[in-house]
Amino acid sequence: MDDLLQEFIAETRETLAALSGEIVAWEADPADRGRLDAIFRFVHTVKGSCGFLDLPRLARLSHAAEDVLQAVRAGERAPDARLVTAVLAIIDRIGEIVEAIDAGAPLDDSGEDLLLAALTEKVEAAPLMLVAAEHAPGVAAPRAPARSIRLSVDLLDRMMNGVSEMVLARNELARRLRDSADPTLENAIDRLSLTVSELRDTVTRTRMQAIDSLFSALPRLVRDTAGVLDKKVSLAIDGADVELDREMIELLRDPMVHIVRNAIDHGIETPEERRRAGKPEAGRLAIAARQSGNRIIVEIADDGRGIDTARLVSKRIEQEPARAAELNALSERARLDLVFEPGLSTRDTVTATSGRGVGMDVVRTNVEQIGGTIKLRNVPGKGLTTTIEVPLTLAILSAVIISAGDDRYAVPRQAVEEIVAARSSAVRIDTVGDALLATVRGRRLPVVQLGAVLGTSDALGDMLMIVNLPGGSFALGVESVEDTQELVVKPVAPAVMAAGLYAGQMLPDTGVPLLLLDCAGVAAAAGVSFERVVVAEPEVEEPVAEGTPALMFEALDGQRRMIPLAAVERIEAVVAASIRQAGGRWWGTAREGVLALIVRDGVPPREGEAAALMLPGADTPTGYLVRRALDIVTYHDELLPSQDPAVRGILVLEGEPIEVIDPARLGDERAGEAAAPICLLQGEDTAWMEAMLTPLITAAGYRVARTLGAGEQAAVTLAVGDDAAADGQVVRLPRDPDTGRPLLDTDALASVLNMKAGR
Amino acid sequence: MSAVLHLLAHVGGRAIAVPADAVESVVDITKVVRAPRAHPAVRGLATLRSRVVTVVDTWRLLDLPAPDDESCRAIITVVDGHHHAVLVDTLEDVAPLDVQPLPPGLSLGWRWAAVATGSADRDGEPVLVIDIARLVETIVAAG
Repeated sequence: MDDLLQEFIAETRETLAALSGEIVAWEADPADRGRLDAIFRFVHTVKGSCGFLDLPRLARLSHAAEDVLQAVRAGERAPDARLVTAVLAIIDRIGEIVEAIDAGAPLDDSGEDLLLAALTEKVEAAPLMLVAAEHAPGVAAPRAPARSIRLSVDLLDRMMNGVSEMVLARNELARRLRDSADPTLENAIDRLSLTVSELRDTVTRTRMQAIDSLFSALPRLVRDTAGVLDKKVSLAIDGADVELDREMIELLRDPMVHIVRNAIDHGIETPEERRRAGKPEAGRLAIAARQSGNRIIVEIADDGRGIDTARLVSKRIEQEPARAAELNALSERARLDLVFEPGLSTRDTVTATSGRGVGMDVVRTNVEQIGGTIKLRNVPGKGLTTTIEVPLTLAILSAVIISAGDDRYAVPRQAVEEIVAARSSAVRIDTVGDALLATVRGRRLPVVQLGAVLGTSDALGDMLMIVNLPGGSFALGVESVEDTQELVVKPVAPAVMAAGLYAGQMLPDTGVPLLLLDCAGVAAAAGVSFERVVVAEPEVEEPVAEGTPALMFEALDGQRRMIPLAAVERIEAVVAASIRQAGGRWWGTAREGVLALIVRDGVPPREGEAAALMLPGADTPTGYLVRRALDIVTYHDELLPSQDPAVRGILVLEGEPIEVIDPARLGDERAGEAAAPICLLQGEDTAWMEAMLTPLITAAGYRVARTLGAGEQAAVTLAVGDDAAADGQVVRLPRDPDTGRPLLDTDALASVLNMKAGR
Repeated sequence: MSAVLHLLAHVGGRAIAVPADAVESVVDITKVVRAPRAHPAVRGLATLRSRVVTVVDTWRLLDLPAPDDESCRAIITVVDGHHHAVLVDTLEDVAPLDVQPLPPGLSLGWRWAAVATGSADRDGEPVLVIDIARLVETIVAAG
């Protein structure tokens, strides 16, 4: 009996959570039969279970709700806001009673009669009135309750440990079997291997859960909060299928609820204020989750009034007059950060939902505790966007395995920007004072020798890893890079932690433990420090977020130029010897085959390698040919105007003017080299002339055509003999009286063409 | 006073006893991965089934001469949720011991004094009872 009861409680609880969004959605669209059915099924199931579990109170409530919903299903009653509120109240009550049964606590039954009365059609009997949100919250489709059981995380951890142990045992077994070389056994062990790997993936996945379980409660939260505050809010949810660690979801719950409440209470204005401000009456709250690498980003955006930072500062000064000077001197960004200070409230009156001055500081602490960050983007009058970024899981990390001396270490993949061979031509290493400085494609980075930091070797090592830290980047010299693995990170013992170099320990399949390097610690141990520069001037950060990233490259004429990064799909190496002209275009051979090339500002190099910046959207893969790519630069300044339409503007970088190429114009040139004047071949011998003369004509800057397209005009027409010439300047080739072929005097023709082209 | 189960071992030729409930298991440590720049008394990390343990060089910690042969017997104990393997010369036995206070006036030296909790008698040989968790913690305290 106890087991049955426990199962009933767990099941009811789970369905309740999934249902709350359904109910609100149903209210917004009462004609939605599917949702009504889902709610009816829930109430019906509860009623049924109560029968044999002997829970009379629950039976009474669920029975009454079932009757009403049945009437709605039969079309006898309309699902108006009052009815929905009453049904919601019953369902809430069912939830409360279930919790009380679980806790073994008594719950008095006063008010239940009122709840039941509210279900009847008499208006005066309604004790609870909530203002209904008008717009449908973004619950996409009715959900069928998933088949699931509840497990403690502890149990999952033990499963995970068991599976890890199994992997090690399998490896050991495989090693020994390899020596015995019995093929039948090998088959068996292969099957075992496969099963174990699958099992490990599954167990890892058991820790993951769709963030939906966090989002499904939001429609109800938004509806109720907005109702109490007499506001109208429409909610849009996106990315509910993003998965992350169960524990992480639990830890995110409180911060999310808090931020959503804040957005509705402080951010979104009353319908009246919104009308006056020229906004739609219903405020908009958009919540979106997405995965970026091994981070999950949750954005909560409202279109309310935003944060009035001036008011924030004055409020703060009121509370702490001693800080007035300091507070007044803060940058806009630092002012916004005041929201996270403990004890702040811009509310003059405390409301039921938020504004007690406890909150955002706790939210930030909670998020940071799980290795996350929280950021605000504030547009006064237009809204506030809160971005929470957390790691995918608490436990699993993608790590690059490197070796130093006889030992191997792991480096978090996320911190490694790039790995280059120390002897590669793109890298230059100089001794500057007592330090080493690496120049990687024009970028200067301090070098940290891992061997020296660990005290294992003095050699620089063959590989350089470019490691990003919050304040800057450095190049880590390591002996070799082995591979990348997804591994479970466990904390190291304090005695090892004391070294200041390690962030955790991992156990790969080999069974030999790995220490995870703490890149910041390694840099600090080598005396490389980036600290405080950014923190002291937080304003600097702001434009960084909004700058335009651009790729700096060395153009064919040796000048540095830039192109917006978004316009470049990828960079392909092109063998210079393969670059040639054909059909009026330039072509080159790259790894993936032949590329069409856009050549401007100079001539293609004859030897070595060039780089093609691949432009998106063309049918033929098309690249803009440059000598080499140099660096990615983010610029924030306004560009100086340019006379050349193909140049978006001029950026002054370190005192040097640099052209920023307009990728749209590059596209124009590509779209048919329309800029080139047309040389029309006319007459019956065009095929022959085209074969013979095309290189000459294109070299002179013309495009060869046998017919003219609509609106096109030939600059020069080549005609043979006395054929009638049609268009533009005409060059006549005499016909050889013996062969009937046109007579070619290429030198004369070239000089005529060059003259016509004005070169 | 009732007898409590203790694990008996020798470190640097001295007999010690560790309360059995502080001992998770006893193992032979095979391969140790170094952890450069950690405390000198940390020999490194080793794997015990699927668990990573921190290997503690007990002789270094107690300022004793290290044994000539590479001793690999260790007592596994959990301190602050971390598994530690405390190396010893030899492991003898598990036996119930009557723990007495330390004989008055006996000066053990500061290293031992910090970890000793009492003494006992084992077949006529005096045995020092030590708190193995405190022994491990001295590494961190010493920084």
